[in-house]
Order: sequence, then C-alpha cells, then structure tokens
Amino acid sequence: MTTSVTTDLEAAVEDAAAYLYVWALKDIPQDLRDALADAATKETSVPGQRVLQTILKNVQIADTDKNLVCQDTGIAVYTCRVGEHFSLHPARIYAALKTGTERATIEHPLRSNAVHTITRENTGPNTGYRLPIVHWEFIPDWDGLDVKCVPKGSGSENMSFLKMCVPADGVKGIKQFVLESIVGAGGKPCPPGIVGVGIGGSADYAMYLAKEAIARPVGTRNPDPHVAKLEEELFELLNETGIGPMGLGGDVTVLQCHIEHADTHMTLNPVAVNYQCWAARRATAHVNAAGEVDYDREF
Amino acid sequence: MPPVKWTTTVSSKRLTFPADEAAIRELRAGDEVLVDGHIIGIRDRTQMRIFDEGVEPPLDLNGAFLLHTAPGVRKLGPGKYEKVCIGTTTSARMVRFTEGLGRDYGVRAICGKGGLPDEAIEPMQRLGMVYFAIVGGAAALETTQIEEIEEVYWEELMPECLWKFRVKDFGPLTVGIDAHGNSLFHDVQEQAQEKLKELFARL
Repeated sequence: MTTSVTTDLEAAVEDAAAYLYVWALKDIPQDLRDALADAATKETSVPGQRVLQTILKNVQIADTDKNLVCQDTGIAVYTCRVGEHFSLHPARIYAALKTGTERATIEHPLRSNAVHTITRENTGPNTGYRLPIVHWEFIPDWDGLDVKCVPKGSGSENMSFLKMCVPADGVKGIKQFVLESIVGAGGKPCPPGIVGVGIGGSADYAMYLAKEAIARPVGTRNPDPHVAKLEEELFELLNETGIGPMGLGGDVTVLQCHIEHADTHMTLNPVAVNYQCWAARRATAHVNAAGEVDYDREF
Repeated sequence: MPPVKWTTTVSSKRLTFPADEAAIRELRAGDEVLVDGHIIGIRDRTQMRIFDEGVEPPLDLNGAFLLHTAPGVRKLGPGKYEKVCIGTTTSARMVRFTEGLGRDYGVRAICGKGGLPDEAIEPMQRLGMVYFAIVGGAAALETTQIEEIEEVYWEELMPECLWKFRVKDFGPLTVGIDAHGNSLFHDVQEQAQEKLKELFARL
C-alpha cells in the first residue's frame, strides 16, 4: 500500500467517526424506537405512562428539530472490528477516531464532558488521555473495518456494578445480583433501558462484556441457549420489580436484558452489570478497503 | 399475587417561578406540574463552590426553581449564549446541598432526574421545598421549552455554570417529594425491596 492510500483511509475513518458521533446522538435506532413504543402499550401507572409519552414525543422532536435526543453527549466509546488485510494500522485508526470525535464536538458544537479525573479540569473536545475509549477485535481473512460508536452517558454509566460471586452462588447468585443492582439504581440511570450483564471471564473482562451487551440491537438473543434462557428469565424478573419509568413506579422497568459471557476459571463466577439508558444510542460505519463507507445500526 | 398499586390520583397544576411557600405547600407527591417563569441551572461544581468553598451565589435564589443541568450551548459573544441542547442530570449526587439551599438561600424547588434519597425528605418538609422529577434524556423537548438563556455566571465552570433561563410550559414534571414528608422514590423503593424478597424466594 502506498502512503497516499493510507492517508485517504485515515481521512475516511476520521470522517466516519465525526459523522457517527453526531448521528448516534440525534437519531436513535428503529429497534429502540419500537421497544419504547411497545413499552408505552404495556405501562399502566400514571407517572410511568407520562414518562413514556414524553420520551416518545422527545424522540420525534429530536427528528424534526434535528437536535440531540439527550444533552449528555457522553464519553465516546468505539468498538472496532479490524480485518487482517485492512491497510490502515490500528494506531492510525485510533488517531482518526480521536480527531473525528474532536471535530464533531467543535463543529456541531457538542457539550464537552471530558475532564482530568483528579483535577476535574475540562480537557477540551470530548477527548483526553485514553479518551475516546476504543475496543478492538481482529478478523482474519478480511480487508474491511467496522466501527461502532456508543456515546455513553454518565447517568447510566454511574449505575455499573461488579460482584465476584463464587461458584456455589450459581446462576441464582447471578440473578440476585442483577435484580438488587437494578432495584438499587432506581430512577437514576433513566429507565426503562437495556441491562447489560457480563458473566464469566475475569473481573475486568466481565465488565467489558456487560458493555458489549448493552450495545446489541434491542431484544437480540445470545446464541448460547443457556445464556439466552437466562436473558429471558432476567428480563421477566426485572419487570416485576415495579421500579418503572424514571423510577416513578410502573410495569416497565427495563426494555431488555442482554448477556454476554466468557468461559472462566473453575473457582470464578464474576457478574458485571452495565446499564444503558432508554436513549440507547449507537451507530455503525462499515469501511471497505477502498475507503468507501456505509452506515447502519448492525453489529 | 395482588397487582402493585400505582398512584392513580392525578392533579395537573401550573406554577410560575420564583414561587412562595404557600404555592409549594399546595403540591402533593404524584401531581403533574407545568412551570413558567425563570429557573436557575446548577450542577455539582456550582454547588461545591457555594457550599464547600463558601462563595456567595451572584444572584438571588429566594423562591427559586433550581434545575440540575449542564447545558449544551453555542457562544454568541461575551456572556451571551444560545441554546443547543439543554437537558437534566441525575439529582442524587447533589442531595447533600438540599438543606443549605432552602435554609440559607430560600430555594423552593429542586428539579432533576432519578429522585433524591430519603435524607432530602425531612428538610424539604421543614423548609417548604419540593423535588420535581423530570424525564431524564428528554432534552430535545426540554430545549424547546426554554425560551432564552438570560444570564450566565461563573463561566469558568463551563458547562457547570449558574444559568438563568426563561421557560414556558416547562415539563411535564412529577412532584417526586412534596413539602409534607411524602416521597414517590421512597415508596417505590420500599415496595421494590419487598418485591425482591418474594422474587428471591422464587429463584
């Protein structure tokens, strides 16, 4: 590959990142819109119904006014699937994602949320040391790049929980921890949203998996039948808690429960919970080897 | 199992801020409220400056409606901003400022999302304050209800400045904690904890 092609690819990825961040913030996916509309048909509490009708109205106004659905532009979290023959090195992909995030923040403009974690001084255009956050997957025998952008708001991210259950706690321990976490969170993470659960692996990997789980299309099921069954059971149980929309009491506490898993050590049973608010924003760019980009909500 | 009993009595009210104690004491947990007039945007760092650093707020908060927000704005000129996207943040982080706001500055209403913990109930009852629950994340709608950003103080805390907004038909808000010792959040949490015991027994 020549340098010029590499530079063009970097520009393509940078443009894609700038577009994805703003698009994700303004236009929530159809699967999420359907889930919210469905929730409104099920809710019987008066404050809960008031919340859901306001949410549906808000999504419409964001469309017509071309405004952000929520003011919290979050921290930009990207997941990249890099084909082994994609000719832009991940170091340059990261640089492009960072510059794209900054451009979106300045050009729109978007609220800048990023601060130094001790001094709390704002670092500028939603980037900083180790920001944006990028997760990597590498795909053999492929020459493309997929980039998923999930702007993650703080209201829901603050409601993240980890417990190192022991094997003797079993699946029952997993269920109890998820239930008490979501009840304890109450209205703070902007319910009804998507409960992401990561099980197995290690402490850090379980939380990563929980974050992956919230970014799936709403209502998709884990291909492992044991895990899919647990998703269904937890989804039903969570909606029996009565927390309701915005924690004001009601029938609909969550839109979905998604679980990602990894095999683990024989004496480990980690459970991580990551919440995604009702404005579960996500958008994806598919970049081919020539630098052409398609946008959708897949992956 | 008997169905959970939701709040069924609903009263829709309209209030203009700044407001007096009598108007606040008329509100009951669960009421739906629309707000007009002036509201003040504050957030974590704004209140840390007032209460932890002892800096007097540069505007009168008597009778005020405080909104937990850090708005997205576009700068037009010195001290002048236009709205881009204004929404509301999680209130629970800022509960420790509740009593001081009412006692020292005469604040009448705090509005945010997700509720305030139970420690806010007693001071709100004693001082004649309410907590309004807004729909978190519904910022596109909220932005249309804010007519103008009239004043901004402490710009160096951007975006966690002190903001003065003029609003019309702001809401719908739900009275989450009233000035009579009632909290929807307390009640929902109490019911949910009971429900958890039952769910755990079934696992």
